[in-house]
Amino acid sequence: MHGQIQVGPIDYSIMVIYIAFVLGIGFVLKRYMKSSKDFLESGRSIPAWITGLAFISTNLGALEVMGMGASGAKYGIATCHFYWVGAIPAMVFLGVFMMPFYYGSKARSVPEYLKLRFNEKTRGFNAFSFAIMTIFASGISMYAMATLMQILLGWDFNFSIVMSAIIVLAYTFLGGLTSAIYNEVLQFFLIVAGFIPLVFLGLKDAGGWGGVQNRLHAVAAAQGFAPDAWSRSWAHMGSASANPMGIEWFGLVFGLGFVLSFGYWCTNFLVVQRAMAANSMSAARRTPLIGAIPKMFMPILVILPGMIAVALTYQSGVSGFTLKGADGVINYNNTIPLMLGHYLPSGVLGLGLTALMASFMSGMAGNVTAFNTVWTYDIYQSYIKPGQSDKHYLRMGQFATVFGTIVSMGAAYVAASFNNIMDFLQLIFAFVNAPLFATFLLGMFWKKASGNAAFVGLLSGTLGAAVHHGLTKPEGAATLVKGGWLGSIVHTYPSEMAQNFWTASFAFTICFVVTILISLVSKANKTDEELKGLVYSLTPRIKETNVPWYSQPATIGIIVCAGAVVLNLFFW
Amino acid sequence: MQMDIRLPIGLLFSILGLVITVFGFMTRHAEMYRQHSLNINMNIYTGVCLVIFGVFMLFMAVRAQSKKNKAPAAK
Repeated sequence: MHGQIQVGPIDYSIMVIYIAFVLGIGFVLKRYMKSSKDFLESGRSIPAWITGLAFISTNLGALEVMGMGASGAKYGIATCHFYWVGAIPAMVFLGVFMMPFYYGSKARSVPEYLKLRFNEKTRGFNAFSFAIMTIFASGISMYAMATLMQILLGWDFNFSIVMSAIIVLAYTFLGGLTSAIYNEVLQFFLIVAGFIPLVFLGLKDAGGWGGVQNRLHAVAAAQGFAPDAWSRSWAHMGSASANPMGIEWFGLVFGLGFVLSFGYWCTNFLVVQRAMAANSMSAARRTPLIGAIPKMFMPILVILPGMIAVALTYQSGVSGFTLKGADGVINYNNTIPLMLGHYLPSGVLGLGLTALMASFMSGMAGNVTAFNTVWTYDIYQSYIKPGQSDKHYLRMGQFATVFGTIVSMGAAYVAASFNNIMDFLQLIFAFVNAPLFATFLLGMFWKKASGNAAFVGLLSGTLGAAVHHGLTKPEGAATLVKGGWLGSIVHTYPSEMAQNFWTASFAFTICFVVTILISLVSKANKTDEELKGLVYSLTPRIKETNVPWYSQPATIGIIVCAGAVVLNLFFW
Repeated sequence: MQMDIRLPIGLLFSILGLVITVFGFMTRHAEMYRQHSLNINMNIYTGVCLVIFGVFMLFMAVRAQSKKNKAPAAK
């Protein structure tokens, strides 16, 4: 960093006004929290446009915003694949095909669906790994926010941790999931409001999109790639060595576009919970579809700034912006904070910082509200104290909110003292998550998939991911967390990203094949009657006769997909 | 529906917009616009846009509320 950003009283006032609103929303919502369903599931009462914005907002944490900016600078427009390939198709699939089973079954969470469809142990495996994962995700968010505030504004690390924990705890404790969802919508608009001025000024400085493209040619040439490697998303995906990401098209489409993205968007309770809070089946199905529309254009706000930043670093603009530090080294991770500090004058700067702070906090809140639901319904009610009154579970939900926040604070300090432990944990979770989509795919669309098969399939997929990671490594890896810990290296990938995509692909395939094989030789543990509403072939098709054709999920799905195709072709 | 979310969104953006616009007007000759934002008073433009968005949200919330109040009376 070049040192701290000049922040005036006006910027702090904007932050304070925002925090006051967040807490105010919590207080207003408090009186609606009468049952565990209100608190943990929003009483299934929220309109589709709100859950839709919350759906993409939960994922748009500050780590995502800063990470996408950094990748935009490092890899150029190919970063958009995380949106156009790695999100849109999966979101459409969730809305059109999978949501009827989540929302239509009596499941209150993703693990609970696994119990209804398969058996108790599959649910237990998912519930425990998910609960631990969300706590750590929330802790990482907290740690990152405290670090950023320390660098940017000179705030004390402990102060940032405690302050953010208290604010998040206050509003999720008061208003539960509804409060978290409302704040995610608020955050969405804040990010848009705070980042449009940034993109506008950056573009102007570089002489418009044409100016950015010209400069990106210099960026690519300087790093030994074809001139348009930063400004064309598909043209150089033929071989891994031709593009800065170090990945070829098959790994990208199968690893990211299929396994990773469907695994994340279709089975992660953190995002699926938003859709399940919708006020009707039709609204639940439209949630990811409505979210997909702004999602397509998000790269303009989060990736384009990174591209502008790196373009101006190689060929200076009017205002002399550069990513290079005093030592002349490019610091990609600070792309977004550096741009905020450079382009935004006091006033809008406060707005930009508030948007970042809001996305940190809603990232934490999203994890905390997903944690308290899984904890209360899938762990406490199932294994610790079944058969209590609803009041009891409401209390437990509120208690879990406090408990979850305190443990995430602990996780933030763990992250602060042992960076490798966090990397290691994230790796384990990647192993657990990678095969999950295979289980859901078979569970929802093949009625013969049996409980034991699903459990064994999941375990072997997880194990397969671990073994693949242990036998391969990305080029130039120094630590064992990056791979190769099984001693002999079978394959070296050109980049860490390529290794991730392939680890996930192997895990998915192993889980898919093992589940099918075991299902074929074992007997189904559920009758057709029990699987009604949980499996595609045994569930009556939904006819949405009261919804006009243009807001039918299939129609919106087709429009969204067409939009994604056009974007891909346009920036080919 | 528990509370119309357009109400807090509208209020927050109107207030923030107003604060930023007034601040932008007061600092219109300040050095910081030359230093940071290419000599453009970004505060006034952004502030005005925020107010427009905030008022629009408030308008939608009020309209929905009055519709809801009318509906039972019509029956």
